Order: sequence, then structure tokens, then C-alpha cells
Amino acid sequence: MRKIYLDYNATTPIHPEVIEEIKPFITERFGNPSSIHWAGREVKKYIEEAREKVARLINADPMEIVFTSSGTEADNFAIKGTVETFKEKGNHIITTSVEHPAVLNTCKYLEKCGYRVTFLGVDSYGMLDLDELKSAITDKTILISVMFANNETGTIFPIEEIGNIARQKGIIFHCDAVQAAGKVPIDVKKLNVDLLAISGHKFYAPKGIGSLYIRRGVKLRPLIHGGHQEKNRRAGTENVIGIVALGKACEIALRDMEKESQRILGLRRRLEEGILKTIKDVTINGHPESRIPNTTNISFHYIEGESLILNLDLEGIAASTGSACTSGTLEPSHVLMAMGIDPVVAQGSVRFSLGKWNTEEDIDRVLEILPGIVERLRSMSPLYRRNK
Amino acid sequence: MYSEKVMEHFRNPRNVGEIPDASGIGRVGNPMCGDVMELFIKVENNIIVDVKFRTFGCGAAIATSSMVTELVKGKNLEEAKKITNKTVAEALDGLPPIKMHCSNLAADALHAAIEDYLRKEKLMKEGDKGSS
Repeated sequence: MRKIYLDYNATTPIHPEVIEEIKPFITERFGNPSSIHWAGREVKKYIEEAREKVARLINADPMEIVFTSSGTEADNFAIKGTVETFKEKGNHIITTSVEHPAVLNTCKYLEKCGYRVTFLGVDSYGMLDLDELKSAITDKTILISVMFANNETGTIFPIEEIGNIARQKGIIFHCDAVQAAGKVPIDVKKLNVDLLAISGHKFYAPKGIGSLYIRRGVKLRPLIHGGHQEKNRRAGTENVIGIVALGKACEIALRDMEKESQRILGLRRRLEEGILKTIKDVTINGHPESRIPNTTNISFHYIEGESLILNLDLEGIAASTGSACTSGTLEPSHVLMAMGIDPVVAQGSVRFSLGKWNTEEDIDRVLEILPGIVERLRSMSPLYRRNK
Repeated sequence: MYSEKVMEHFRNPRNVGEIPDASGIGRVGNPMCGDVMELFIKVENNIIVDVKFRTFGCGAAIATSSMVTELVKGKNLEEAKKITNKTVAEALDGLPPIKMHCSNLAADALHAAIEDYLRKEKLMKEGDKGSS
């Protein structure tokens, strides 16, 4: 059966050019970059090259890039590091109710530790209200943490405006850019962010590598203590293979972004228009314009998302639901709930996230399969009959 | 994450639909939680001669609905009452732990349908007494 992968926001395959780049580090270049001998030296320079490439993707200086084990670690480092550093100054954190669990649950943990956290709401497009943000700021606010783009809906937040507000008030601004990096341009200088997290496996590097941008002058207490690696900011022998891979993935992303994002946007529109044309009672969740090009989140009314995903899977099509069953909780997606979407409708939501190896044929195959699946599940659904 | 048996029932659910002149109807679950099951039974001489369901829910919800209809068809009411959610899950070679509570409601729907039937029966008998 032909396999079609439409879950690039969950993870991506490794780019063939990245695989080529890391091969010598699997076979020959094994040294510990901290060693002063030849084996260490020959590896060290590639780490610094990778750092430059990561910096270039987000317009940072190489010394502002710290490698981490994941986007989640980068978020934890940013948030816990900031509140540790500034706990004398205040105890208030502002974030949003639609963050990824890496940020959301870190903030909830800090709430239990005695910090006060404001979780900002969003409108029906999943968009923030900047006035609400402004009025949440107090003289005790030490951190604002807002994601660049939402992982479930793809909605992009007004990061530059938030950056300006934070900078004016002298508050540290962290941005979880895991779903945006490599997909849309990011310029940390223009955006006025102090901290910015990215993750390699979301854009064609392997799992187990991420990085945190720390603006020059911002001092963070480390999360991981140990050796002197990463200029004492993150201990632990460097994940050389991951770092080299992340560097290459950043280089490729920067090189291909403009062309690739246009192509993928075209595919997403083909998918959305096709679904709207062939299936009744569907809604597209997320902002119509301010959205990363590869993501669409669609509610199929009267049916439940997991049963739709399982049926697609039986046809070789991989997509995902942010809802209840897969995430192991009873509640529908916290993101869709925050947007005020009817919980019953939210249960029937599916995320399609596109990427490098998707083609028009893939989209057309989905459009061929999907209406029949929806029809069959609706014919089984007691909610459908009730509403007809 | 699902057993082969769950997937088999999910792919080819048995007894989907409704019985227009059902003897009893059971409706359980909450759409907010992602599961609603509706079970229709036809009872003749204390035997469940026909059973159908409609379900809004995940793979486990659909498979358990299908399985309970298979388990109960041809059984008398006393036997049917003994079927539990656990029986259904076991007949499917188990369910993932998280699904045991949220999506394993099919036997509850069956019991609700039997209760509905018995209530209607009682009302009918009382009605007969009243008219005689």
C-alpha cells in the first residue's frame, strides 16, 4: 500500500543531505570535542560551524546559541533559568493557554513552586489579544513566554509586537519557536526576543537535538549542571551527531524556505479546498492568514477524531488528532477548547501537517479516500442522525 | 496500541444501525468526553433476538459496541445482564489501559437497553391491569 505521511508537525524524516553530513561522525570522527588532542580538535570545529549555521537561520550571533537535547529541554531551560535568575525581582509569569505542554506544564510546575502564572486566552482563530497581555503585566512580572506558531492549528502569534512590549517593560521574553523554525523566517533581532527554542526533528534533523537562543547579555541559571560545555550554560558531552545534523538542517531550511513554503502552501490549499468541496459540515480551525504554511486543523462534525485517524491509517495515510484518546486524557484538545470551539466538535478534529516529501498526488489520494470514511463514520454516529 | 481483534471489529463492525420497533433502547456516554453509544434490542420470549448500535467515539468505543452485539445476540435477559464491560474488553483481547474507563461503555449501553425494555414491559402490564 502507498504510504502518505501528513504528520510533519509530529516529526520529520531526516533529510538525505543531513544524513550525508553526519556519516563521518558515525564512522570516523568520534572524538570528544573537549579533548585537546587531534581526535577532539577535529570534531570541535564542526560543532562551531554548526553553531554558526543555527545562528544564521534566526539571525543570531553564534555565541548566543546553546545546544540542548530537545525543544522541551530548551523551553525548560529558558523558563526555569529565567525565574531562578530573577526570583528576587518578582514571581509572575505570563504565558498563553495554548502553549505546547513543554511550556504549559513547566509553568504549571512553577505555579506549584509558588510562582504566579497568567495563562492568556485566545479568540476563535486562536489569536492573542495584545491588550490583554499588556494589562496582565505587573511590576512582579519576570517572564513572558509565548509560542511562535501553535503546533495544533499553526496560528502564528504577533511575536514582534509582544517583543516590543516586553522590551519596553524590561521583562524577559521567551519564544517557543519549535513549530516555526525552518518553516517561516525568524529574525531574533527584529523580533526583540531574549530566548528562543527550536527542535531539530521538526525540520529534517534527527530526534534528540534542539537549541536555545540566549540573547547576549541575558544571564540564565543552567538547568543541567556538570562539565564546562557550552560555555558553562549546558553541561554534558556534546551530541556531536545531532549538532552537526541540526546545523545542516538549518542551512538547508534557510536555502529552501521561500520556494518550499510556497509549494507547501499550495498543497495545503489544495487539501483544504478539496475537503470543503467534497465534505459537508467541516470547519477549519486556526487563523485564515496568520498561519504557518504546512498546517491545517479540520473539524469533521458528528464524528470522533481517533476513529477517523485509524481509518486513514488503514489506508496508509498518517495524520493526527490533538484530541482526547491519543493524548491519553479525556478532555478534547486544550488548544481548541481555549478557542471556544464546541467540545463535541473539537473531538472530531484532525491535524494534517505537510512537508518536504508531500506531492499533489498525495493530496489527491487523501481527497479520494476521506469523503467515504467520513460518510461511513457519520452513518454510524448517533449525533449525526440527531442533527439531520 | 489496539489488539488485532479490536481492529478487526473496528474495520468491520457488526450490527450497525437501529431497530425501528426496538423493545428497548440504551444510550450512554457523553459527547464532550468523545463517546456516545446507542444500543437497540429486540426481545421475544425473554430472548434478545436482534441487536443494533450506533456509536460516536474512538476505535475502542466502536469495537466494544460491535463486540457486545455479538456477545448478546440470542442470549436470554438473565445471561445478557451478566455481560460486563470487562467481559467485552476480554473478548476483544484487552484494551489499552486509558480506554478501559473512557471508551468501554458497551455493556453499560446494553444494561440500559434491558432496563428500558423491562420498564416498558412493566408499564404495559400495569396498563393491562388498569383496563381489565
